[in-house]
Amino acid sequence: MSSKALAANPIYKRRLWVNRFNMTMSFLTMAIGMTFLIWILITLFGKGFAAFGTALFTQMTPPPGAEGGLANAIFGSIMIVGAAIFIATPIGIMTGIYLAEVGRDNRIAKLTRFINDILLSAPSIVIGLFVYAVIVAQLKHYSGWAGAVALAIIAVPVVVRTTETMLLLVPNSMREAAVALGAPQWRVVTMVTLRAVKGGVVTGVLLALARISGETAPLLFTALNNQFWSTDMSAPMANLPVVIFQFAMSPYEEWQQLAWGGALLITLAVLVLNIIARVLFRQKSN
Amino acid sequence: MAFQVSLGENAAAVASDTKIELKNVNFFYGGFQGLRDISLKIPEKQVTAFIGPSGCGKSTLLRTLNRMYSLYPGQRAEGEILFNGENVLDPKHDLNALRGAIGMVFQKPTPFPMSIYDNIAFGVKLYESLSKSEMDDRVEWALNKAALWNEAKDKLTQSGLSLSGGQQQRLCIARGIAVKPEVLLLDEPTSALDPISTARIEELVSELRKDYTIVIVTHNMQQAARVSQHTAYMYLGELIEFTPTAQIFVKPKDRRTEDYITGRFG
Repeated sequence: MSSKALAANPIYKRRLWVNRFNMTMSFLTMAIGMTFLIWILITLFGKGFAAFGTALFTQMTPPPGAEGGLANAIFGSIMIVGAAIFIATPIGIMTGIYLAEVGRDNRIAKLTRFINDILLSAPSIVIGLFVYAVIVAQLKHYSGWAGAVALAIIAVPVVVRTTETMLLLVPNSMREAAVALGAPQWRVVTMVTLRAVKGGVVTGVLLALARISGETAPLLFTALNNQFWSTDMSAPMANLPVVIFQFAMSPYEEWQQLAWGGALLITLAVLVLNIIARVLFRQKSN
Repeated sequence: MAFQVSLGENAAAVASDTKIELKNVNFFYGGFQGLRDISLKIPEKQVTAFIGPSGCGKSTLLRTLNRMYSLYPGQRAEGEILFNGENVLDPKHDLNALRGAIGMVFQKPTPFPMSIYDNIAFGVKLYESLSKSEMDDRVEWALNKAALWNEAKDKLTQSGLSLSGGQQQRLCIARGIAVKPEVLLLDEPTSALDPISTARIEELVSELRKDYTIVIVTHNMQQAARVSQHTAYMYLGELIEFTPTAQIFVKPKDRRTEDYITGRFG
């Protein structure tokens, strides 16, 4: 069929239009999504950038009507999120290894996978209340540790899922080759399969880190807040999400300004984490 | 019209001791029987080839020798496989030790995600604690044996995945040899390789037979004829014929073997 005849062919013409329609629709939906993302970023930069300065990183959260910074909240967030990741990473990776390498399709593995899926989608406020009931109410005071535990519970299922998914990507032939040398299972896992997907597993941990660094609800019931500099994880601790929540809801302009600055700070941190994850992953696939 | 297979000089079988003896081995994938009452004696320091059409059980048979199937629940073997006087199929048999003595190379090259050097050291470290210089020597020795030293000596620290397919397969052979096993199982080791790489691996197999007992599964009859001294023809899970290679290709005893090797089916 010549190209001229093809252009007149009704089936061909219809397909051409269907294709154009679908391409346009998918482009439009992408544009809508991107619009909101960029809008959020522009708003954040516009309102938050003014708060950026040395005071933001050196001064404490101020009382209403005074100037101040977010130093205690930034430090508190780093401590709580760091402790949470420190708790969640080994549990998550080892559970992922169990599911992908040991349990596979046995009952315990299936049950664990099911529970993990529920945890993955559990509302974070529920987890906050749970930790409140189990730790805060028992010890009768809020603490940084309680906040870290709540965030760890949110991070674990993310790490479990990515670790398992990554390990399942390792072809069985690789496992068989290691087993055929007489390697015991723990060596096969640590030296061969986990190593083959370490970029993906690290990415999972970083994504979990990004996920929990903005969680507010679980910290409201656990770490609470602290107006002063505190390095004591067993006492109430300032943290960015709760400070943002409190300050943004307040009528004081200085507080609102700091809330925008904190929001921008978290966004930038998550952005940087995601970029690091991507760079790591790209190196892996090369 | 008869299909002519050229026999290599290797084809002449020599009398030799039995290395592995299978007695009435049956194998099951769940409810499906993959092997039926296989009995055969694999001679020491010779190359034994398993040939047959796809699904005949030749790979399954190979995977019973090092109990590879034990990785998968639902797969089980019955009967006896005697290796150095011990029954390999005994559930109490030490599998890691067995696999240290019986190495295996797979259809697709499977270098580990580590350097060429570490690929070889990985297996060695499971059994021996060598000094750095001893390990260097062992790595060089294994790469030499696998005819890869000249190509790899300047990039030992590079990833094993950076090698070509044929080089990767020789790396896998080197890795298998490095732990100094007694037997080497090769599961269609050249089916993913180009003709030149295939020729190199075949030369290597002939060379390695001086020190190792080799069992090779191949769907390529010419390859069996070129490298092996004994050939087993399998069909639908049964061992149809097991004779010296020179005999099976020239004067097969069984009609089914003749049909297969003359290309009438398969």
